[in-house]
Amino acid sequence: MVRDRTFWSRAFDVANIVILGLITLSCLYPLWYTFCLSISNKSAANAGLVTFYPIGFSLVSYKEIVSDIKFFNSFWISIQRTILGTGISLLVGIMMAYPLSKSKEEFRARDIIMWVLIFCMLFNGGLIPWYITVRNYGLLDTIWALVLAGGLPIFNTILIMNFFRSLPKDIEEAAVIDGAGPWRILFGIVVPCSIPVIATITLFVGVYHWNEFFHGLVLMSDATKYPLQTYIQQLVVSIPTNTSLTPDQYKRLSELSNQSLNAAKVFIAMIPMLIVYPFLQRYFVAGIMLGAIKE
Amino acid sequence: MKGKRGNVEKHYYLMVLPGLVWLFLFSIVPMVGIVMAFQDYNPGLGIFGSEWIGLENFRYLMQLDDSKQVIINTLIISSGKIVLNLLVPLIFALLLNEVTQLQYKKLVQTIVYLPHFISWVIMASIVINIFGYRGAINTIRSWFGLEPRLFMADPSIFRQLVIGTDVWKSFGFNAVIFLAALTSINPNLYEAATIDGANRWQKTRYVTLPELKPTIVLLGVLGLGNILNAGFDQVYNLYNPLVYSTGDILDTWIYRLGLTNLQFSLATAAGLFKSVVSFVLITISYVLAYKFADYKIF
Repeated sequence: MVRDRTFWSRAFDVANIVILGLITLSCLYPLWYTFCLSISNKSAANAGLVTFYPIGFSLVSYKEIVSDIKFFNSFWISIQRTILGTGISLLVGIMMAYPLSKSKEEFRARDIIMWVLIFCMLFNGGLIPWYITVRNYGLLDTIWALVLAGGLPIFNTILIMNFFRSLPKDIEEAAVIDGAGPWRILFGIVVPCSIPVIATITLFVGVYHWNEFFHGLVLMSDATKYPLQTYIQQLVVSIPTNTSLTPDQYKRLSELSNQSLNAAKVFIAMIPMLIVYPFLQRYFVAGIMLGAIKE
Repeated sequence: MKGKRGNVEKHYYLMVLPGLVWLFLFSIVPMVGIVMAFQDYNPGLGIFGSEWIGLENFRYLMQLDDSKQVIINTLIISSGKIVLNLLVPLIFALLLNEVTQLQYKKLVQTIVYLPHFISWVIMASIVINIFGYRGAINTIRSWFGLEPRLFMADPSIFRQLVIGTDVWKSFGFNAVIFLAALTSINPNLYEAATIDGANRWQKTRYVTLPELKPTIVLLGVLGLGNILNAGFDQVYNLYNPLVYSTGDILDTWIYRLGLTNLQFSLATAAGLFKSVVSFVLITISYVLAYKFADYKIF
């Protein structure tokens, strides 16, 4: 492409780079700000002196967290939930996606199951019936509520199915001639050929389970069973819901908390996300495009 | 051969079984609970013993001032989000497309996706801090001699705050589809425009935008299905009773009605209203997307 070399064109280039730079910095700021708060001393943080850099360097907050059993307990619950939830979702999703990637002639129930899936993806019973159902199963206060109550991730299953369908047919046919059954074909051939899409969806489901706070809030009556996000929500965000709250009370409530300690907890909760982020980065563009414009 | 096929098919049924059981237990069984919307549900009697009252719950809900306000809030917040979550990523993608330094472009792209992957719990705690009475915004205001404001308790700006922070959190992620569409534009079109003497703005206006139009239309149509989704996670973590008048949305209202005030039947009725309207809208949007953009989910 031939480039414009006029003055205004160059002026635009410079302005554009500066604007994009500022936008980019704004995306890093929350991270940086939280980090600064967490390593500032308590009084500076609470007085609102920390804006762009740490004030009165102190690691007291992190030292306090080390002995905070409740924090680590919630952290551990989140890890369990993420591993179990991601593993089960992926396994069930892959097993379901494979037969659905077949034609109606090969798997006669295919179209009916597809329509049931689509219907369940677009329509739901709403919060209260769902809550009562989970309660009736006796799952409240168990890790299984966090793992299973969100239901089958239908959209991800459809994404996997779409990918399976795009694989060339002949690799499977060769395996059939060699006498391989459907399970061997799925886990021995189809899944290894689909690693990029499975990696993408693993990351997406993992991020979902790590970030989800609402099921923890609603399905766990015992605060010691909260996953990390719910724990942080209760600690940092939660404001009493009585409608007689006045602006002054709100102000005082928000000043009561230990900002530096809270920031340290928030920062630690972000670390697993930051660790997988480079991988997320690599795969998710491909992942989004899977769900976007087809054919 | 036929017997062989039947045998393979049996395994297919086994493969979908766990998924169907999961779907049945947590998606289909709760749908039975919808009957509560037409009952005066009593937890002691269950859905089989509670009294049927027809559409009484819906009639009662419609009389409430709350419900009207909540629907207005939901519509304003969600439509603001739908429009801006389309425009801002589009403008961002166009600006990024003009950058010729590839390293810089890559760096920007790498970083702007990040906020999308951070939960609203954490983002809300940060937003509340930054907009807090002693937060960064008020610090900056004080440099200009302005009085600090209690942003989070001000109903007159809460919706703008919700829409703004949502757009900021997800514009990078939403730009991905536009960036992909931009790379697939035929470079010959730009060369032809250059030969015709078009400048950069004219190329954007007469080549890039028309080429992006199908993508824009598709995303706009698909956004329609979200008109009653103003974003529970975000609003729940940002709001407080002081901003209920402008910030309370359908989902947060249903949550408080059902699980805080234990009005199971009323909350189920309100939830059913939302589910049905959303279902119709999403179906329409999918049909439109299929007609105009050949978009298929499967």
